Amino acid sequence: MKKTLLILTRNPLSLIGLILVAIVVFSAIFADFITPFPEHVGAVVDFVNFNKPPQWPYIFGTDLVGRDLFTRVVYAYRISLVLGIVVLAIAVPIGVTVGLAAGYLGGWAEYVLMRITDVFLSIPPLVLAMSVMGLLEPTLTNGMIAVTVMWWPWYTRLVYNIARSEKEEGYVLAAEVIGASKTHIMFREILPNCVPSIITKMTLDFGFVILIASSLSFLGLGVQPPTPDLGSMVAEGAKYLPDSWWLTVFPGLAILIAVFGFNLIGDALREILGIDQ
Amino acid sequence: MSPLLSVSNVSKTFEVNGRTVTALDNISFDVAKGECLAIVGESGSGKSTIANIILGIYGATAGSLTFDGAALPAKRTKDHRRAIQLVQQNPLSSLNPRRSIGASLRLALDVHHIGDIKGRTARTGELLEEVGLPVDFRTRSPSALSGGQRQRVAIARALACQSELVVLDEPTSALDVLVQARVLKLLKDLKQARGLTYIFITHDLSVVRNIADRVAVFEKGKLIEIGETETIFANPNHVYTRRLIGAVPVVSQEEALLRDRIMEQENGNA
Repeated sequence: MKKTLLILTRNPLSLIGLILVAIVVFSAIFADFITPFPEHVGAVVDFVNFNKPPQWPYIFGTDLVGRDLFTRVVYAYRISLVLGIVVLAIAVPIGVTVGLAAGYLGGWAEYVLMRITDVFLSIPPLVLAMSVMGLLEPTLTNGMIAVTVMWWPWYTRLVYNIARSEKEEGYVLAAEVIGASKTHIMFREILPNCVPSIITKMTLDFGFVILIASSLSFLGLGVQPPTPDLGSMVAEGAKYLPDSWWLTVFPGLAILIAVFGFNLIGDALREILGIDQ
Repeated sequence: MSPLLSVSNVSKTFEVNGRTVTALDNISFDVAKGECLAIVGESGSGKSTIANIILGIYGATAGSLTFDGAALPAKRTKDHRRAIQLVQQNPLSSLNPRRSIGASLRLALDVHHIGDIKGRTARTGELLEEVGLPVDFRTRSPSALSGGQRQRVAIARALACQSELVVLDEPTSALDVLVQARVLKLLKDLKQARGLTYIFITHDLSVVRNIADRVAVFEKGKLIEIGETETIFANPNHVYTRRLIGAVPVVSQEEALLRDRIMEQENGNA
């Protein structure tokens, strides 16, 4: 772990990734201290300072009702990160368990579980998330549910393929001959051998979860105002391009930084841990 | 004396692309307690199939097995699993690369509730010593061990649950010659000390001569010859057996003398 971190800091690309992710995580955690107008997160109106280009103390400018854009972008990061963590914390265990069971048990369990997974995988991710959101109220919680529903099958497919090849390894046979339970073999023998791939995919996915959630809210299917959200900020600002460019550019850059940062680290991890995808 | 394991009229067929392939054809033999029976044959002769049936990895198509006087069904009880253990050919894959040596050894103790929970860690250390490895190997990962050391760990694991019959599936064929000799010596010593019974699967007849009490020769799913090692080597009845023995590299008189002298020196040093 320590060694991996050390290697990450040596490679210039992954070092950039680490810095970008550090910026995102730092601003999300310390949003209350680094933002000049924390109260602008809510439904505040300041008609004196509305739609101002970047200037002190509004370094990203202000939006159409006079709220500090920098404050709102930083708080939006907090929501994006929470969303990413919650989505992966639910989707990964489900996907991994299904994948392990299908890959190791084989037979009808494999058939049923993988056909269900295929159904989810066959629908374009954004379309699936959109239809789930269409059925539910557009709130943050439902946004998480929608993204989770589309996300777990990818982990199932990843772990299923690893489990199927690991199952042929001698150590699985040894555990079977000893009489170890199927749960032991799945979670204690095979799962540890899937962990590097899972962690790498999670790092890569973190950026994509943020992107998908932003896409949903861009389409008006995500977090609702006045809660700050990068996707809805871009959607709102796009109506006033190119004159009020800051309304779109800064939230857009914020999405870019998060996705790019997590991707750089994910790619580097994949290389370090020697994983083919 | 009644045999520890008896195999009677066992046949096994596989369905491959709609065709039926006979892997074992009406095999019967006994293994006495405390003996080492070598099963030799070329690849495809059915020697691995019979090993898998004895281990309960799959069932036989026909025939039956008896262990220690009682029927041995394809669906094994926990005690059958404990009693019949395996040492695999490839020591690189038989230990989980992501678990410590200690954890791999402990699994057998945990599954079969051997000793109290606190005593099990100490027990893994004793097992390592028994196979000639230092106790602190417990915390190491398999990648830090050589092939021979890993094979010793695999042997320790097979003994951990106080097994009675150990199926040795070409346990030395992946090792280099010197390590091979030491592992064979260890296996012999353990057999003596613990009163173990071995089924030794191999295609290496020089290993057979070294360790086996009896030899069973398999060819194309049939048991073509079985008997005392000495008898089979001195007077092979079957053409196929003769060909197998004929294929063993022979050590010349001079080489044998040289070897004896070196071995004496080795033993003197040890």
